[in-house]
Amino acid sequence: MSTNGKLDVQTAIAGDTAILTPVGDIDINTQPVLAAAIKQRQTENGIIRLVIDLTGVSYMDSSGVATLVQALQTARKRNTKLVLAAPQQRVLTILQIARLDSVFRIVGDLESAKSV
Amino acid sequence: MDGQPNIRLQIQSNTLFLSGVRELVYHVASRVGFCDEHCGQMALAVDEAICNVIRHGYGRAPDRPIWISLHCDGGIATPDTHGTSPTTALRIVIEDEARQVDIATIKSRDLDEIRPGGLGVHIIQQVMDDVKYEHRSDHNGLGMRLTMTKVRGPHEHSGPAETDDQAEDASGKASAGSACSDAASQPKDQGR
Repeated sequence: MSTNGKLDVQTAIAGDTAILTPVGDIDINTQPVLAAAIKQRQTENGIIRLVIDLTGVSYMDSSGVATLVQALQTARKRNTKLVLAAPQQRVLTILQIARLDSVFRIVGDLESAKSV
Repeated sequence: MDGQPNIRLQIQSNTLFLSGVRELVYHVASRVGFCDEHCGQMALAVDEAICNVIRHGYGRAPDRPIWISLHCDGGIATPDTHGTSPTTALRIVIEDEARQVDIATIKSRDLDEIRPGGLGVHIIQQVMDDVKYEHRSDHNGLGMRLTMTKVRGPHEHSGPAETDDQAEDASGKASAGSACSDAASQPKDQGR
């Protein structure tokens, strides 16, 4: 079901796009790791698009949702874009439960996310 | 509470232990015959419930007790049940010794407001079939009890309880397990 409750976040830059790739579980224990990575990239000069590639996230609870919502609020304030890419069904389901699946820009693959 | 739990676990209110509890709930639910989707939902509900205790009940103190009890209502498979799980529902009880709060104040927030936080109660109510909050009466005026129940759907009664081989196979997979064909696996209210 999960990767032992741990979370690793990789970062890549492609032009004006920052791509964060969290791998593992996003819960109350690990969300600070993701939150810090998001904050670092969203405040970088020249970044107009933040893509969070959720392919490797096998579990997310409301703490993770809260982190994404905060990222969305920051993106709106800075007039930048936030795109969620390739969430697993379990992650998509919690976004649906929270009625946020139509609030976030969610695409099915990373390549599409880079051109949103 | 009626009947002894099949499993009773005490943890400290340290978020480090959440993933272990999730895994336990997931795998017990799987072994008594729930589909992958429902196992994941129960793990999520337990996670949210424990987080609420840690945050709101204990103010994030990491050394307070939380008890998690699992009741396999209907019984569990034995050699006499010929490989079919008799479990009809999984009842999960979360107890603490935090200050008691007015139960009427435990409710979902308005989801039209897009802001972080405050989703735990809503998520629990969405994924579990029955949710009940109570004051504990056995703990010197302290403590809350949350009872959450998930009923096995019709499609989950069609197959046998998971064998040891199937459990070993499932533990190596991510979330690629069998999807529920039951409509109940979808979020309860998709729109207003």
